[in-house]
Amino acid sequence: MSTMLEYSGVHAYYGAIHALRGVDLVVNEGEIVTLIGANGAGKSTLMMTLFGKPTASSGQIRFQGDDITRTQTHKISREGIALVPEGRRIFQRMTVMENLQMGATFADKANFDADLKRMFEMFPILEKRQQQRAGTLSGGEQQMLAIARALMGRPKLLLLDEPSLGLAPLYIKQVFKIIKELNTRDKMTILLVEQNAHHALKVAHRAYVLQHGEIVLTGTGEELLASAEVRAAYLEGSH
Amino acid sequence: MGQLIQQLINGLTLGSVYGLIALGYTMVYGIIGMINFAHGDIYMIAAIIAVTVLTLLGSLGIMAVPVALLITLVVAIIFTSVYGWSVERIAYRPLRNASRLAPLISAIGMSIFLQNMVQLTQGARVKPINALLPGGFELFTSNGFTVHLAYTQIMIIVVTAVLLAVFTWLITKTSFGRQQRACEQDRTMTALLGINVDRTISMTFVIGAALAAVAGVMVTVYYGVVDFSIGFLAGIKAFTAAVLGGIGSLPGAMLGGLIIGMIESFWSAYLSPEYKDVATFVLLILVLMFRPSGLLGRPEVEKV
Repeated sequence: MSTMLEYSGVHAYYGAIHALRGVDLVVNEGEIVTLIGANGAGKSTLMMTLFGKPTASSGQIRFQGDDITRTQTHKISREGIALVPEGRRIFQRMTVMENLQMGATFADKANFDADLKRMFEMFPILEKRQQQRAGTLSGGEQQMLAIARALMGRPKLLLLDEPSLGLAPLYIKQVFKIIKELNTRDKMTILLVEQNAHHALKVAHRAYVLQHGEIVLTGTGEELLASAEVRAAYLEGSH
Repeated sequence: MGQLIQQLINGLTLGSVYGLIALGYTMVYGIIGMINFAHGDIYMIAAIIAVTVLTLLGSLGIMAVPVALLITLVVAIIFTSVYGWSVERIAYRPLRNASRLAPLISAIGMSIFLQNMVQLTQGARVKPINALLPGGFELFTSNGFTVHLAYTQIMIIVVTAVLLAVFTWLITKTSFGRQQRACEQDRTMTALLGINVDRTISMTFVIGAALAAVAGVMVTVYYGVVDFSIGFLAGIKAFTAAVLGGIGSLPGAMLGGLIIGMIESFWSAYLSPEYKDVATFVLLILVLMFRPSGLLGRPEVEKV
């Protein structure tokens, strides 16, 4: 199992806030790794730093062995990394189809039809709504679109930032089912940030706990699910 | 009746030119949220280039109108595209993350620079050219008023219509158009999908400049005279057109241009030709007061 993504001693500032304080993190090929932590722990910054937004102030980020710490955002994406960002960030004033085309901008054109068909199988609602403006979709549908858009680029590494946030329980279930399926069927490597720690730890091979910009705990998903510390901080009261 | 039809024709011609320039304002605003105050001067440079090229072609004996026009358009588009690209590189890109006021000032500085550069290198005198496309049709006469449709007017209206069709296709149907619209909505997300946002912004300036170039060439052929200062007034009027149509809205810019062209023609014919510019500015003030989002614009929503 080779290392796909590696953070070593990464520091980053989000505005004036010292959001990441020496993060070490590894994602191996074929793994689902989940990152849990409270609001403001630096989870989103950790993901965005990978894309240079913001750029790490010190430390190094390597993808498939290459140092990408200071690479331009658009070039990082073309290496085969896709992000489903916090708040979905779909293009509201474009149609569902156009959003999917945007995701496939740098993918092999020959795969487009097959990939589109696959997305419509995974998310039938998108096929029905393909000519509709994306802004008119419900929150859950927009999340499906954000995931599909990321997948249209056939990424090697998929990053998901709070994909279950604000979704109805039915959609949450579907999102985690899809994550699992992408990993087992497509062998996709996934880094998942979640507040919904219970679900996230259940699908994850390994997990990290981020607190005030530092990794405070790491282990397999099962270990963290069983850990008293994690239970007290992130699982109490959630389901 | 004759007078009315005549002014509709004149207004449509003028409006086409304003609309083409307005598209450049609105595109740039859409993608970086700034008014490119050097845009009117890009149009002026295209007109000056047109005079130069047409005079040169004339001295070479190339008089066939379609050939001369085509060569002039191509040369003007190439040169102004380089200007548009440079304006973005010099006046905007270094200030991408600065406060909103800074690029505004640098754009005005760029405008002053371009005007003075042309004045210094080309002289301040008005430059005439020989009529390239004289004559036209006499449509009909009523009450002693003959309605004319000049060949140059037909040229302007037809070229504008063709250009609009191509431009609409580019923006709505091509991959570049999608990338351009995506940048307008969310630049960070667009970059996260692998798109080179800086290059898309550069291309937007280039396309805006190319549209202004076509307008500049056609105005040169239409009026037969240009000088270094025509960019200011045309720029302000096209800017008004873009605001009237709803800044950021492409159909709005064209609609705004046509309305401004009509107002100017009718005002000149029925009220006072001396005050036709005032009409435009009064309209700008009224729009900003009562409908700042314009006719087809989206109400500005504060981003959080």
